[in-house]
Amino acid sequence: MGDVKLAFIVQKPQYKGETSRLGITHAISYQTVEVLLDDGDTVTPKLCFIGEGVLGLQKDQKAMDSYGITSSESHLKNTLLVDLDVLICKEDLDKYGISVDSLPDAAEMGADKTLQIVPFSEIQKAIDESRHVLFF
Amino acid sequence: MGILTIGCFPGLIGSGVYDFALKLAKASVDKGHKVNLWFSGNATGSVKAKQKHLKDYSTAEKYITELLAKGVEICTCEACTVARGVNKPDAIEGVKWNAMHWYLAKVHSSDRVLQIGGE
Repeated sequence: MGDVKLAFIVQKPQYKGETSRLGITHAISYQTVEVLLDDGDTVTPKLCFIGEGVLGLQKDQKAMDSYGITSSESHLKNTLLVDLDVLICKEDLDKYGISVDSLPDAAEMGADKTLQIVPFSEIQKAIDESRHVLFF
Repeated sequence: MGILTIGCFPGLIGSGVYDFALKLAKASVDKGHKVNLWFSGNATGSVKAKQKHLKDYSTAEKYITELLAKGVEICTCEACTVARGVNKPDAIEGVKWNAMHWYLAKVHSSDRVLQIGGE
């Protein structure tokens, strides 16, 4: 079957429920899926945040201090460390007044990738190019 | 016939969506399709064995057992499940336990995927 492209679309805000967090962690699991696949088979995910899904992604989160749980920020950094393509809808960031500067990167942890702030048309393109689309 | 993988995330109690996912799995396997069912999030609480079927509430055990007998592969997210206090000895026999990459591997080989999100 070769490579299968998947689009993970997070459209619910972080912390309101578990679903949005699970969207991130399911996408990250592509890193180990090959142990269950035949030789030559791969999964290539793109993780996209749209609508209310762009909420709760900012840096300097204190979830561990306040609630004893890992933050969405740390999960987002992990996506970059495992070379995931992460697309965040620019129009929705603008709608909620969230600046690009307020979003984290993982350069200090050695990540080569950065978050990609893109117009929705780019996310639509990622959806169109994917074999399966998973909404969280 | 095709391969259908269903990702089921909503909780058993308080959500008709969970019931729909299992009904759909049964309808699909009865039509001859190969069906995989992945539980994550609140859906993982439904793999607990010895559920009492009160008619006012949804139940899962008899449907899960029926699906397993029909050859549906059912797997629960181990981390989500133990986080809810359900451990393997307490679970319905025949349900697999694995990590999220099990779901992605099934998605990889599927003709259709239905992602049924949680709350």
